[in-house]
Amino acid sequence: MNWFTFLLGAPLVAALWLAFDAHPYRSAWVNKIAAALTFVASLGLAVQVLESGRIMVWDDWFFIDAFNVFLVALTAFVATTTAIFSGPYMRHELEIGKIDSGRLRLYHAMSQLFVFGMFLGQTSNNLGIVWLSLEIATLATVLLVSLYRTPGSIAAAWKYLIICGVGISLALFGTAMLYFASSDVLGHGDAALTWTLLYASADKLDPTVMSLAFVFLMVGYGTKVGLAPMHTWLPDAHAEGPTPVSAVLSGLLLNLALYSLVRCKMLVDVSTGTHFAGNLMMGFGLLSLLVAGFSLHKQHDIKRMFSFSSIEHMALMTFTFGIGTPVANFAAMLHMTTHSLVKSAIFFTVGHAAQAMGTQVMSNIRGLINHQPGIGWGLLIGTCAIAGFPPFGVFTSEFLIFSAALQSYPWTVIVLLLGLLIAVAGLFRFVPDMTYGEVPEYAKQVHANMLPVYIHFALALLLGISIPGFLAGWYHQAAALIAGGGV
Amino acid sequence: MSQILLQQIITMGAALMLLISFALLAQKRMLSLLHWFALQGIVLAAVTALVAYTSDNTELYVSAAITLVLKGMLLPWVLWKIIRQMHVHREVEPLVNIPVTMLIAAALVVFSYQVTLPIEHLSHLITRNTIAVAMANVLLGMLMMITRKKAITQVIGFLAIENSLFFAGVGATYGMPLVAELGVAFDVLIASVVFGLFFYQIRDTFESLDLNKMENK
Repeated sequence: MNWFTFLLGAPLVAALWLAFDAHPYRSAWVNKIAAALTFVASLGLAVQVLESGRIMVWDDWFFIDAFNVFLVALTAFVATTTAIFSGPYMRHELEIGKIDSGRLRLYHAMSQLFVFGMFLGQTSNNLGIVWLSLEIATLATVLLVSLYRTPGSIAAAWKYLIICGVGISLALFGTAMLYFASSDVLGHGDAALTWTLLYASADKLDPTVMSLAFVFLMVGYGTKVGLAPMHTWLPDAHAEGPTPVSAVLSGLLLNLALYSLVRCKMLVDVSTGTHFAGNLMMGFGLLSLLVAGFSLHKQHDIKRMFSFSSIEHMALMTFTFGIGTPVANFAAMLHMTTHSLVKSAIFFTVGHAAQAMGTQVMSNIRGLINHQPGIGWGLLIGTCAIAGFPPFGVFTSEFLIFSAALQSYPWTVIVLLLGLLIAVAGLFRFVPDMTYGEVPEYAKQVHANMLPVYIHFALALLLGISIPGFLAGWYHQAAALIAGGGV
Repeated sequence: MSQILLQQIITMGAALMLLISFALLAQKRMLSLLHWFALQGIVLAAVTALVAYTSDNTELYVSAAITLVLKGMLLPWVLWKIIRQMHVHREVEPLVNIPVTMLIAAALVVFSYQVTLPIEHLSHLITRNTIAVAMANVLLGMLMMITRKKAITQVIGFLAIENSLFFAGVGATYGMPLVAELGVAFDVLIASVVFGLFFYQIRDTFESLDLNKMENK
């Protein structure tokens, strides 16, 4: 209960504070402390949930179970390391005049508001509020994407706003349809949009209406997950925004959208008694995997290239949650964790690389290892990790995904393998050229803050070599919860 | 008695909403587009209030009031201010000519009825037409967003979609719970502020609100 107050309170208070504090050092520290507080709170909550099962908070308006506490902890952790990273990074942007102190305030306040939206969505027990929180997180990040006010960033932010705005409206339509089905069973009122009550009576909901509702939810939240063909906003938003924003977009926001979708799927599965929702997710997942793999090869901008890799991995998770067996859910959650860790670390590194070379164009980034070994090796290790090389955690989760797919839908393995290979080939088409070779004369030394990057890699490595027992138990609990329809 | 009345109100509301969506697509001038948009907000508020009256749902009065003030008055007025202040060209400038747009729109309505057919048969509530019309309206709003050049017309299309969603909520389920309704209203307000901010940023950066210029940066 107290932990929970901290979790939602800290980012909100910090957002208000930071909206008025332009001092570069102090505001960066407030940002870090607020994020660290939420991380402590999330660990506190995790311990409670693992000991005593689901917790209901504030008259059942919020709930925390094994599934969402895992995401809350992941979000809080990545938010903390991002805050640590963004301090010197944003100071550098301030010094070279890319932003002024007003924009710095905007950046800090919106980052915290974004984190608040993430926690609100993950812990809310009400579907309406889940929808609202995704919208809060979207609006906050729209303002962050346009932070530099360059023509490119404004065009990207507008595209992001319009496409995700429409996507999320469709999700609202899906929510209204779901309410239409559930208000027949649970009566008119908040009860009919409450997850915990919906799960308890999911078998009584009308299957036809729920199927139609899920189509809208799939397209709506799928837009936010970055699934093809609604993915076009994602590379632009990642490429044009400041680096810490790219890191949290890939590492966190996409997870929240997928989380909401999986919650809906749990409901629809029980209601229809068929594998309709899962099939839809698998279809979108496979399509996006291939689209992302091929698109990756055509990129010139380093952040765009890695954002297509994010689409690829989100597609993989969507597919795996679609399979829906406990093994698959376990694999998908592990993949969510490892992807968030590795991808945000890659974006941190890429941000430094772009600062050092003064460009995001890949053909102009050369000789990073000779120039600044920390950055160069970071990029190379990160790329190996995200490509799924052992012994990193992504390998473990992808291995599990393949096992789950082989067990239930063997033919999909061919598509999966093809998609992953194409994407890996794409990554290694560009990355070695950037890391090795001569240092170009326009390269300059930057103060690189690689600590968060190596912490992320170390954790990904740990997850790859041996998953700690308590964590495995935690994932098992959550995987069984998802497969069992939330009860 | 009141059930029949309620049914008639919702059906009429659905018809009006659909009509207005077509009218929005047919407009050539910005000012008349905004008039129709405001009218849509007012019709929505009126239907909501009538449903609130006949179904004795007091929460819906709040939604109706918010809708009237926000969508019937405030947003159209603010948009008009922006158009005047930023000297936006007063013509709508469609990318696809209007008769073709209308034909596509008609096809979309038929499609919506086709998709929602299985639902209507098993509805306990009075939802004949409403879900189909709401879905058609959403699709028409999207059509408007993709066939118009300017940032402002895109936003009007977006807001028209929100209106149709709201109508779906009121018509099919007598309104979503108040928390959800308030959340959505709040969201529309904030989103509009963000849209407004962007109009200025886009104009300052590209010296026009024409989206073609943004694509060819």
